[in-house]
Amino acid sequence: MLGLTQKDFLLLLVVVVLTLLAPIILNPFPVNSSLGQSFNAGYPALMQRFAIFGILVIGFNILFGLTGYLSFGHAAFLGVGSYAAVWMFKLLSFNIIPAIVLSVIVAGLFSIVIGYVSLRRSGIYFSILTLAFAQMSYALAYSVLTPLTNGETGLQVYPSDPQYLAAEGAPSAPHVFGLPMAESTTVYFGDWQFTFEIGYYLCALMLILAFYLSIRIFRSPFGMMLRAIKSNQTRMNYTGLNTKPYMLWAFIISGMYAGLAGGLLAAMDPLTGAERMYWTASGEIVVMAILGGVGTLIGPVVGSGVIKYLENIVSKINDNVLHGAFNALPDGLENVIIKIIHPFVGEGWQLTLGLLFMVVVIFLPGGLVQGGQRLGALFSRRSRNATAADRDAARQKPAE
Amino acid sequence: MKRSHFSRRGVLKTGAVAGAGLMLPTYLRAQDSGFTNAPTGDTVTFGFNVPQTGPYAEEGLDELRAQELAVQHLNGEGDGGMLSTFSSKTLDGTGVLGKKVNFVTGDTQTKSDVGRASAQSMIQKDGCIMINGGSSSGVAVAVQGLCQEAGVIFMAGLTHSNDTTGKDRKANGFRHFFNAYMSAAAMTPVLEKAYGNDRQAYHLTADYTWGWTQQESMAAATEAVGWSTVQNVLTPVGAGDFSSYIAPVLNSGADILVLNHYGGDMVNSLTQAVQFGLKGKQVNGKDFQIVVPLYSELMAKGAGSNIEGVYGSMNWNWQLEDEGTKAFVKSFGEKYGFPPSNAAHTCYVQTLLYADAVTRAGSFNPCAVAEALEDFEFDGMGNGPTLYRGADHQCFKDVLVMEGTASASGNANMVGYDTLKIIEQTPRAQVEYPEDHPMFAGGSLGECNPGA
Repeated sequence: MLGLTQKDFLLLLVVVVLTLLAPIILNPFPVNSSLGQSFNAGYPALMQRFAIFGILVIGFNILFGLTGYLSFGHAAFLGVGSYAAVWMFKLLSFNIIPAIVLSVIVAGLFSIVIGYVSLRRSGIYFSILTLAFAQMSYALAYSVLTPLTNGETGLQVYPSDPQYLAAEGAPSAPHVFGLPMAESTTVYFGDWQFTFEIGYYLCALMLILAFYLSIRIFRSPFGMMLRAIKSNQTRMNYTGLNTKPYMLWAFIISGMYAGLAGGLLAAMDPLTGAERMYWTASGEIVVMAILGGVGTLIGPVVGSGVIKYLENIVSKINDNVLHGAFNALPDGLENVIIKIIHPFVGEGWQLTLGLLFMVVVIFLPGGLVQGGQRLGALFSRRSRNATAADRDAARQKPAE
Repeated sequence: MKRSHFSRRGVLKTGAVAGAGLMLPTYLRAQDSGFTNAPTGDTVTFGFNVPQTGPYAEEGLDELRAQELAVQHLNGEGDGGMLSTFSSKTLDGTGVLGKKVNFVTGDTQTKSDVGRASAQSMIQKDGCIMINGGSSSGVAVAVQGLCQEAGVIFMAGLTHSNDTTGKDRKANGFRHFFNAYMSAAAMTPVLEKAYGNDRQAYHLTADYTWGWTQQESMAAATEAVGWSTVQNVLTPVGAGDFSSYIAPVLNSGADILVLNHYGGDMVNSLTQAVQFGLKGKQVNGKDFQIVVPLYSELMAKGAGSNIEGVYGSMNWNWQLEDEGTKAFVKSFGEKYGFPPSNAAHTCYVQTLLYADAVTRAGSFNPCAVAEALEDFEFDGMGNGPTLYRGADHQCFKDVLVMEGTASASGNANMVGYDTLKIIEQTPRAQVEYPEDHPMFAGGSLGECNPGA
C-alpha cells in the first residue's frame, strides 16, 4: 500500500488515526473535573506543538537515527525557518504557503553550508562543530543581525509592515487563502469538550506527510546506505564508495524538516525569537529523540510528545491543584503526599523529565518504543516463548 | 490511502455516535457571549504567567506570592490588604462580580516562546480571562501581543522597557510598572545634585531592547544637564564575567559608570567594578561613581555591600510610609515572613486594578474593562495618586530614587530589603512625557480585541 509493506502501512495508519483524533484522545476527562483541568492536553496550542516538534524530531532522526551523526545544533535550522516565515508575513501577506515554502528552502540552503563544513569531521568533532554553528547563529540573531531579527524582543508582524501581496479584507492573522489558522469549532459532548482547529489540522497533515516520507527514506536504498555508514563508514570508504554526498543529503533533508517545523511554528503564532536557536533547544531535540527511541520510526513522535506534555502540563500543576486532587484524604496524609509530589511538579517538571530520561537510558536504551515492544512481548503469546537470544539481540541493536 | 473495509456494523455505529453528538442539546458553536473565555458558572480564572526557572526566577516567584495574596484578598480571605486603602471602593472581598477568583500558574522560563506557549494554554485550556505577570520585557512584549490576538486582557508585571507601552503597545495590554524613560527623568536631578554638571559617563548596556531603551533614556537625560557620554558598550546578556568590559573603563577618562544591567548581570558587573577599585578612584579630580538606573531588592541582595553609595531607581519600595504600602507589607509579611519586592507589588496592584475595572465596567468583556482602565485615576496603592493613561496604557506616578546603604538592622535575611534607602520621591509631573515622545513613537494601540 502506497509503496509500503503491510507492517509499515499499519504504523502509518496508526499515526494518521492518532493525529486526526488527537483533539478527542487528548481530552479524556470532563473539562470541569479536576482531572480534566490538570491532565487534559487537547487544546490547540499544545496539539500544534506535538505535531510540529514531532516533525522536527522525525527529521533529526533521519540524520541521527540512520547515520549515527549526532547534530547538536539542529535548533539553528528551526530558528532560521521561523525567521524566514515571519519575514514572508511581513513582506508578502499572512498567507502561510509562501512562508512555509521559503522556510524549508532557507533552512535547506543553510544546512548545505553548515553540513558541508561540519561533515568533514565525524563523531564528537561533528557534534561540536554543529553546536558551534548553532551558537554562532544564536549570537548573530540575538545581537548582531538585529535589523533582521529584532534581537531579544523577537521578530513580529506590525500593522505598519508593507505586506505587498495582502488582499483586501484578508484576515490579519496567518491563514491559508482566507481560512484563518485560529478558526476552530468546539463540540460539547455532555461534560466533555473537544476543540477542532484549522491550524492543528494543518500541522497534523504535515506531520503525516513528514512521517510517510520518513518511512520511505528508511526503507529506500538511500536509507540502507545511510545505515551502512552508521555501522562502518571506514569499510564503506575502502569499498570505493564516496559516503560524503549521502551524508550531506541526509543532513540537508534533516535540516529541511527542521525548517518546515520552524515555518509551521511561525504560521501558528507569527512571532519568533533568537532563543529558538539556543543550545538548550538543540539539546531538547536530542533528548526527545533518545527518549522516544533513536532509529525507530515512531520513536521521535513519542519522545517529542512526552516532553512537550511534561513541559506544558506538569509544569502547571501547583499546590492548589494538588490540594484539589487529594482533598478526599485526611489532612495529615494529604499534606505528606503533597510534600512528596511537590518537587516533581510545577517548577520542578524538569526533575521529573530528568528522572524519566535516566530510567529510559539505563533500562530501555532503545527508548520508550523499546518499552512498548517489551510490553507487547509480555502479552503476546508468540513472543512469550522468545528466548534469551532474542533479548540479547535487542540489547545489541536497540529497537531497530 | 483508502482500504474499503467499511463493515455495516461499523458504519451504523459511527453514524449513531455522530448523530447523537450533533443532537446533544448542549451543543454550542464557539462562544455566545461575544468575547473570549466569558466566565460561566460561579468562578472566574486568572492566569499568572511568571518565570519560575531561569535567570529571573527569583523575581517571578515573588510575583507569584503577591498574586496569590491578591486572589485571597479578592475572595475575602486574609486581612484584605490594599482593598481598604484603594480609592475605588467597589471591591468588597466577595470575588469579582460575585464570582470566586481561581488562578492557574505557568512558567515562562524567561523565554518568549515558552511564555507564549504557557499563556496560550491558559487561554485555550484553562479559560483564563486575564493574564498577569512577566519579569522580562522581551517576554512581556511577546505575551502582550498574544493576548491582543486572543482577545484577553494582559496586565503586565515587571517590564521596564520603553517599548512595552511604546513601539509595542497594544490595546489589550496595560502596564503599571514604570519605564526606562521615567527612571532617567527621576534620577537625573538627583545625579546632577550629587555629582555636578561636568561629568563623563561610560555606559555598559545589556544588549537587548530593555538595555537599549534604558541607555538611550539615561544618555539623553544626563546630556541635557551637561554630562557627556564617553562611550556605550553593549554586553551580551548573561555574560557572567564582565572584567574585560570593565578594564577599559579605567583608562577611558570617564568618571561615572552607568550599568544598564538587570538581575544576575547587574550583580556580576557591579561586583566586578567594585573589585577593580572603580569606587575609590579619582578621575578628572573627582570621585569615580557608579550608577545603576534600575534597582530591585533581589539584585541588591545579590550584590550585598557593593551597592553602598550607588544610586538607582525603583517603582515602589516596602519602606514607604503611606497607608496602602503599610497594609500590603503587613499582609505579605504575615503570610511569607519577609517584605514584598517591587516586582511583587506591581503584580499585586495589577490584579486588584483589573478586578476593580471589571466591577466598575460590570462586565468581563475585555473592551469594557479596557475602557474602565483608560484614564482611570486612583490612589491608595502605595504610589500616591496615579493615572492609567488611555493613550498608551501606561501608569503615571511618583518614582523612587534609591541609594544603597549598609544594612540598618544587620539581619542577614534583610539584605536587599533594608540596604536600599529612599532618598527622593520624584513627583509624577517630572516623569511625564507626551505619548508620541520619540522614544515611544512607532507603535499604535490598535483596536481593542474581545476575541471570539
